Amino acid sequence: MSSLAVRKARPAAGTTPGTAQGPPQRRRIALVPTVTLVIGALYCMLPVAWVVIAATKSGSELFSTFTFLPGSGFTENISDLNAYRDGVYWKWMGNSALYAGLGALLSTVVSAFSGYALAIYRFRGRETIFNVLLAGVLMPPVILAVPQYLLLAEANLTDSYLSVLLPLILSPYGVYLARIYAAAAVPSDVVEAGRMDGASEWRIFTRVALPMMVPGLVTVFLFQFVAVWNNFLLPYIMLSDDEKFPITLGLYTLLEQGANTPALYTLVITGALLAVVPLIALFLVIQRFWSLDLLSGAVKS
Amino acid sequence: MTTARRRPYGVKGAPYAHPSPTTTLRRARSAPYFFLLPATVLFLLFFALPIGYAVYLSFRKVRVSGLGLGSGARKEVWAGLQNYTDALGDSELVDGALRVLGYGCIVVPVMLGLALLFALMLDSERVRLAPFTRLAIFLPYAIPGVVAALLWGFLYLPDVSPFYFVLDRLGLPQPDLLDGGPLYLALSNIAVWGGTGFNMIVIYTSLQSIPAEVYEAAKLDGATPTQIALRIKIPMVAPSLVLTFFFSIIATLQVFNEPTTLRPLTNSVSSTWSPLMKVYQDAFGNGDIHAAAAQAVIIALATLVLSFAFLRAANRRQKQEAAR
Repeated sequence: MSSLAVRKARPAAGTTPGTAQGPPQRRRIALVPTVTLVIGALYCMLPVAWVVIAATKSGSELFSTFTFLPGSGFTENISDLNAYRDGVYWKWMGNSALYAGLGALLSTVVSAFSGYALAIYRFRGRETIFNVLLAGVLMPPVILAVPQYLLLAEANLTDSYLSVLLPLILSPYGVYLARIYAAAAVPSDVVEAGRMDGASEWRIFTRVALPMMVPGLVTVFLFQFVAVWNNFLLPYIMLSDDEKFPITLGLYTLLEQGANTPALYTLVITGALLAVVPLIALFLVIQRFWSLDLLSGAVKS
Repeated sequence: MTTARRRPYGVKGAPYAHPSPTTTLRRARSAPYFFLLPATVLFLLFFALPIGYAVYLSFRKVRVSGLGLGSGARKEVWAGLQNYTDALGDSELVDGALRVLGYGCIVVPVMLGLALLFALMLDSERVRLAPFTRLAIFLPYAIPGVVAALLWGFLYLPDVSPFYFVLDRLGLPQPDLLDGGPLYLALSNIAVWGGTGFNMIVIYTSLQSIPAEVYEAAKLDGATPTQIALRIKIPMVAPSLVLTFFFSIIATLQVFNEPTTLRPLTNSVSSTWSPLMKVYQDAFGNGDIHAAAAQAVIIALATLVLSFAFLRAANRRQKQEAAR
């Protein structure tokens, strides 16, 4: 299993740099690929680099000084953001963490159950259930969100934490990944041996299969965490009380107000920076746990 | 046969019985349904029920009698296909669909072209800085679409953008990136920026799973790296290209967050720029949930038809390739 951080060791790669051997026309560094990748990396980092610098600028510096020249207002911007509507920004961050953390956790549990059942058991309707669940991926979120809103309104659940949390628990993509992973990681002999020993199906799942599925489930969790953290449409439709907003919706409303008052631009920019930092940090720390080969492995089956 | 440590379920009065093959079978038979219970309940509540409700609403309409005042004046009645014919004749929806089509024609080829290019470059020999560049190009995946649109939106604003600064210094014309034709490029750029890295990783991991021996033979035959990339690597990762294409088409048809986020920064993104924005506008802006439901159903059907047509075409092609 490879992760984002693991490179495939190719014996041909990295032939002792610095020693001039071999035919001269053969470059030691593949120049074209390296340059292409560096350009790509710079392109991808440009907006992030910009927001880091822009967040240091005071309101007047933002419009008057060169873009990539650091300003002097970072601490002031932070305290402005803290003061904005009694620190509602941090409330949004907390809400996002709650929606994404709890949502992803529940989603992973449901995916683990379903993926395990679909991978291990042979039963009537298995492929039908799987295909119907998968078709959920194709449903445009608005198609679901509008009637979901109306139905949740009937149950008096709109504008609540649950209205954002509940519709996202079932993730067709998570079920798909969990099934692929369970099929690869849990040998049927092991399940059979458990049955021979008289263990219940539940016990086999929790004690034997679940530990084997952990790496795949970490991936499901992370995908779902990012998906919920980045979600905008569902809270946009469901919520009206800004105390319950996640960070994406909060920043959007801030920008909307900023359209009329450019003084709020610095708040939006500082807020955007602080919203990006936790996810980037999370990425750097956990990227080694992502088994992204699930994606291509999934393709082959 | 081993001794049972647990009492088999559903066999009363035989507490210490060995699990007979039939009970084990019965348990194994009901177990998958038990494990699938949470997913099924959630699916029914949050997928099937809303879809059914949307279809139901799409065949209804509100009839207003008199001046529409009083409690009995607004009545929901059966509408037949009227909402559908209205939607298909609605120029806002059709224009939105055309805009998204144009947008998709830029985003999907550019994004997947770049993803494939970067993946091949990462996979080539003697490349430097690969782990760093791979992570950097994947980084935008971690950034919410709203925040991405917000960051690029500021970079498109003449007052704060470094591009305009450079253009100004060089004395070049300064196009308005948030209007007319450039707006498509501006929006496409946000999607390309956000999506390239993820697709690159999908293609790259599938490149990594090609056994090295495959290349050895080609190298012995004197194939250049470019030839190897074009003749061996690309055909071998075709399945993951199909998958990325499939998901990109779906994501493109559903574009909502980025144009919505740019709206506060420019007047040229209308509230019905994409079909999904039109649905939102009709449902919540105009309060016409019946029209919105009909449009939503049309978009869902169009998505299904397009994505399955694509998958079938891709499958047929692969079978042809295999047959050759």
